Amino acid sequence: MAIIEVKEVVKQFTGHLALDRVSISVPPASVFGLLGPNGAGKTTLIRIINQITRPDTGQVLFKGERLHPKHVDRIGYLPEERGLYRKMKVGEMALYLAMLKGLTKTVARERLDYWFKKFQIIDWWGRKVEELSKGMQQKIQFIITIIHEPELLIFDEPFSGFDPINQSLLKEEILKQKERGVAIIFSTHNMSSVEEICDQIALIHQSKLVLQGPVEELRRSHKKNEYMVELKNCLYPPQTVGNHRINVVNHHQKDGLLSMRIKVEEDVTANEFIKGLMTCGEIHSFKEILPSMNDIFIQNVSETPR
Amino acid sequence: MSKINLIVKREYLSRVRKKSFIVMTVIGPLLFAALLVMPAYLSTKSDDHNLVGVVDDTGLYYKSLQNSRSVEFRYLDMSLEEAREGFSSREENALLYIPVTHSSRQGEAVLFYRANQPSLVVQEHVRNQMSDRLERELIRNELGIDPAVLQGISPGINLSTIDMDTGKTSIALLTTGLGFFGGILIYFFIFIFGSQVMRGVLEEKTSRIVEVIVSSVRPFQLMMGKIAGVALVGLTQFLLWVVLTFIIVTVVQVASPALLDPAADQDKTVRETGVVMPQGISQDMLSEGEQVDASNRVATLAQGLQAINVPLMLGAFLFYFIFGYLLYGALFAAIGSAVDNEADTQQFMLPITVPLLLSIIMASFIMQSPGGPVAFWMSIIPFTSPVVMMIRIPFGVPVWEVGLSITLLILAFLGAVWLAGKIYHTGILMYGKKVTYRELWKWIRQSR
Repeated sequence: MAIIEVKEVVKQFTGHLALDRVSISVPPASVFGLLGPNGAGKTTLIRIINQITRPDTGQVLFKGERLHPKHVDRIGYLPEERGLYRKMKVGEMALYLAMLKGLTKTVARERLDYWFKKFQIIDWWGRKVEELSKGMQQKIQFIITIIHEPELLIFDEPFSGFDPINQSLLKEEILKQKERGVAIIFSTHNMSSVEEICDQIALIHQSKLVLQGPVEELRRSHKKNEYMVELKNCLYPPQTVGNHRINVVNHHQKDGLLSMRIKVEEDVTANEFIKGLMTCGEIHSFKEILPSMNDIFIQNVSETPR
Repeated sequence: MSKINLIVKREYLSRVRKKSFIVMTVIGPLLFAALLVMPAYLSTKSDDHNLVGVVDDTGLYYKSLQNSRSVEFRYLDMSLEEAREGFSSREENALLYIPVTHSSRQGEAVLFYRANQPSLVVQEHVRNQMSDRLERELIRNELGIDPAVLQGISPGINLSTIDMDTGKTSIALLTTGLGFFGGILIYFFIFIFGSQVMRGVLEEKTSRIVEVIVSSVRPFQLMMGKIAGVALVGLTQFLLWVVLTFIIVTVVQVASPALLDPAADQDKTVRETGVVMPQGISQDMLSEGEQVDASNRVATLAQGLQAINVPLMLGAFLFYFIFGYLLYGALFAAIGSAVDNEADTQQFMLPITVPLLLSIIMASFIMQSPGGPVAFWMSIIPFTSPVVMMIRIPFGVPVWEVGLSITLLILAFLGAVWLAGKIYHTGILMYGKKVTYRELWKWIRQSR
């Protein structure tokens, strides 16, 4: 059963429709990419799941139950714009925020101790938040998000502002959470990280859901019959392959190796295509090019008229 | 522990532990105590004794100028020149020379001094004494009446105000002072702690922690938790002030009882009620004859204190203190949530501060006519009632008026919280938008 299920949700603000019958479903132990250009309605959807805003119509189910205030303790949220109480002591603030998520003081203390040690910030427990570097503050924000061991995690641009080392640390921890069975909603503009960690995505554009599905499936369904081919003993790019018309996007010769990016104008299976290619020369390498999430994003967002 | 308790606790502790809170807690009572003790202290210390030599060419004033605490006259049997020459070798501080004048109705005099000019009190005393003497002379010479006779028929009116129900005497000054002091306290409390609420909300909004918190608790809980936490800070501070002031005054009294002796009774009143009586005028300015009156006055004061319905005053004070703050606190929270920085709060602060300021500006008028229509309406309308009703109460307010005022204040508080909750809910997550009243209205309508 899906951890969170959004059904036909509509949210209207005065003079502007923020979400127009949006439905998504996030199963456990998966990372769900929530994509879309700025102002598409992602934040509104996240706030509805967090029960900060209520939908006008439609339903949100948490493990099959209608979303209820008790569920906030089962959800962890790391907002894009995030801050801390600058004047508070680090440990005291972490305890406060953990207890606001329903943990008892003892449990909160224990778990914070574990995570602070793991992230090597335990020495900062008694210091003021404003003395911390930005990277350390972000570690604390991450810890606070997961401290109550939620079943649903929502990360809004989690990597922004992290240095590469902390980025990979964070990525590792996010994937560990996934292994634990947590459902993760991951909102970002960074498409390469989507390919890396998302199992499914939903693309929201102008308040509507325009694309949804598993990442690999989407990439395959968006493929344009493009191949990367390297041939030996072939001096010029061929005009046709078998009886299929082709379009050589680019090519170059190096050390007797001709590399080409070929777009086939009609539907053809890879095997058929390879058969045709063999007559042109010796195949050194062959690879079908799948569109990147970046391409898919741009294609879908620019297709819809503004 | 429930979440709202956690919020209240954090709001409370983070403020109570601040240096500024501790400093205020210590400085407040010191100021209050100084205000109470200093006048008494000064009146014992300022025993500034002036010896004034008198050279009277007219002979009219000889031995007829009365001494006071600070002025003693010494009649010199010498000419002005002799007196001036010998001035430095004698002990007088000043030399009063009274020449002969042409008009019998006009007295003239010169007060010579060296280095230290005689104080205004001395000058005033000299002028009064001379004027009295001349007046008596004129009454005798021109009207042919013996001044002693005239003195005998000088009427003295003693006006007491007595509550018919309790039969107790009241003293207008004391009641006025009590109510006014309570009103002022409420005014300051609302302003100081109301703006603390506003700054707290603004801080959470600008530091962007608020989005994390509202994913754990409802925005309304966060707002109410903050308002309640700050209220407790205010009550704590107030309580500490009362206790510390009491301790300081007691310590001073025990350490040097003589210091406060003449005014001891009066001072006790002051401590019990927190009202500062104009002691400064007491001892020093009264002549010997009036001293008796002064001690009578103290006795009457104590009586007057008994006339005040202490539970009523205290109850009213606490009610208006708390609910006045809650009403305004909710509005301050709404303002803090609507804007992005403290500078933008100005436009919304104005409508909130005007009724508060108005109640303080009108305070003296209300004390003069506590039963008038202005006083009535201002003590009924919730935005002015916390201060104005507090001022009115000592004068006696019909029960139904108090009831109406209380009911309306509670209703207004509920309305303000409801309204503020809506503004707050939208406001805390709204950034970079120049907010207008129209915009606020939109928020109120659309949030559910």
